[in-house]
Amino acid sequence: MPKLIVLRLLRLATLLAGVSALAFTLVHNSPIDPIQAYVGADVNLTDAQYAALREHWGLDRPPVEQYLAWAGSIIQGDLGVSTLYKIPVADVIATRFGASLALMGVAWLLSGLLGYALGVLAAIRRGRFADRAVSWYSYTLSSTPTFWLGIVFLVVFSVWLGWFPVGLAGPYGVPAAEVTFAERVHHFVLPALTLSAVGVANIAMHTREKMTDVLNSDYVAFARARGESPGQILRNHGFRNSAAPAVTLQFAYFSELFGGSVLAETVFSYPGLGSTLTEAALGGDVPLLLGIVLLSAVFVFTGNVIADIVNAALDPRVRRRA
Amino acid sequence: MSEPVLAVSGLDVSFVQYAKGLRTRTVPGITGLDLEVAEGEILAVLGASGSGKTLLAQAILGILPHNARTGGEILFRGSRLTPARRTRVLGREISYIPQSVTSLDPLMPVGAQVRIGLDAAVAERVRRRLFARYDLQDHVAGRYPHQLSGGMLRRVLFATSVRDTVRLVIADEPTPGLHAEAVEEVLRHLRELAVSGVAVLLITHDIRAAVSVARRVAVMREGRLVTMETADAFTGDGAELRHPFARDLWRALPQNQFSPGGTEWHS
Repeated sequence: MPKLIVLRLLRLATLLAGVSALAFTLVHNSPIDPIQAYVGADVNLTDAQYAALREHWGLDRPPVEQYLAWAGSIIQGDLGVSTLYKIPVADVIATRFGASLALMGVAWLLSGLLGYALGVLAAIRRGRFADRAVSWYSYTLSSTPTFWLGIVFLVVFSVWLGWFPVGLAGPYGVPAAEVTFAERVHHFVLPALTLSAVGVANIAMHTREKMTDVLNSDYVAFARARGESPGQILRNHGFRNSAAPAVTLQFAYFSELFGGSVLAETVFSYPGLGSTLTEAALGGDVPLLLGIVLLSAVFVFTGNVIADIVNAALDPRVRRRA
Repeated sequence: MSEPVLAVSGLDVSFVQYAKGLRTRTVPGITGLDLEVAEGEILAVLGASGSGKTLLAQAILGILPHNARTGGEILFRGSRLTPARRTRVLGREISYIPQSVTSLDPLMPVGAQVRIGLDAAVAERVRRRLFARYDLQDHVAGRYPHQLSGGMLRRVLFATSVRDTVRLVIADEPTPGLHAEAVEEVLRHLRELAVSGVAVLLITHDIRAAVSVARRVAVMREGRLVTMETADAFTGDGAELRHPFARDLWRALPQNQFSPGGTEWHS
């Protein structure tokens, strides 16, 4: 067991090194000039000022040296200072991550529960109307980009029906401290709904397949021959044999959830980690961008580890191999 | 003679398949099958793969594939086995010992699988008794199927089928893949069931197993009952067998399986 943990931590370390190096390379080669993005497009710098800023930020040094300098301070626990917000990256992330976590958590739970339920329903009614409806929904949604769905929801629910605000986490012009809980929820609904709606498709289709296999299995045929009713078959065998793959999948889904939240938050101008990531990329804020990238890598990695643990807990055949 | 426990008459099973486009064709599975099993009797149904013997079991239990059509009549203790009646008698009066150990739920401890269908108040006590009867240690109850040997899983399957109220046991190929000793054990368990008054329908392609345990042997080929022989007739060169197909089957056994006169193992 300790060996397993060490191995996992080692894997996480190499993952983070790889991800950050790749992200750094991409930023370094991006057409966005961090200094120009910092001072704004309409400010003209003299060459001397420009060179001074380059030297101040260390941009005149070779890229490998820049990366190593950054990596060195990361190891000491220092994420650096955001060039956009002028405060430590850790503080920016801390304030934004909460909002994203709520969004992703709700979407994760909703899509998991609803997706599993729909998948089971489709498998039980395979070939009938309910199955076709669930399949149609899932195929449509999984071929729909999150940002597009977000825009459709905005057009329908905010613009046409006027049920929900167009964006942000609270009413425009009201200080964050004065936004009521009800207002927060009101602003929260559409982004959460967008993320959930997309997530449902994945889990529903996988559960449908798994449950169909289970219902066609020898042990379910035997259960029928033993006089178990359809309800008993679901309770005794159906959930037991389809839950582990569903839960595993849902934890492994963390990565898509994170990617989805980036898009959904941007569409809804929702001040979470995702929209901050977009800002950081467009504003040339390298420390903030890399910080968020690292965090998201840890987040996804954690999801996968939990998936493995849960899978082993639910399936004794996996436990033996682990 | 008293009323048979199971009486099958004129049973037809066929499958509807899509041929070309939307045209369907019907593939026969079983045609015009008649047989009866009495209380305390073991009737062996003998046939090769594809002869329809497993379909017979599935038809009685009502677990045929969805595209199957059935005709004819199946009487259990004198009245028709309708779907409604099946929900009352399956697992209580009729039990099934399936062919494959994959019939056990891979994610449920075997003890819990034996308890299914038992009255919750006595389930654990009955489970212990059944485990003792089939020579399974008590701690095995908490194990999952993948942790047990094939022989142990067969015994677990037997334990799932034995209920005080059972009148008919349908055993589908309970012997293949087992070594001689284990086969003998399975057959002994079937004999015990019959002695306690249960009617046993043993479906098998193992002639020696069928002959050594049954009184009558029904031989099936291509969905039809070819002949009903007495087990005693499977002896010597098979001259006492009434139907040439049964004689062929008997004579096709590898010669080295015979002892001189062919009586030693079936006496």
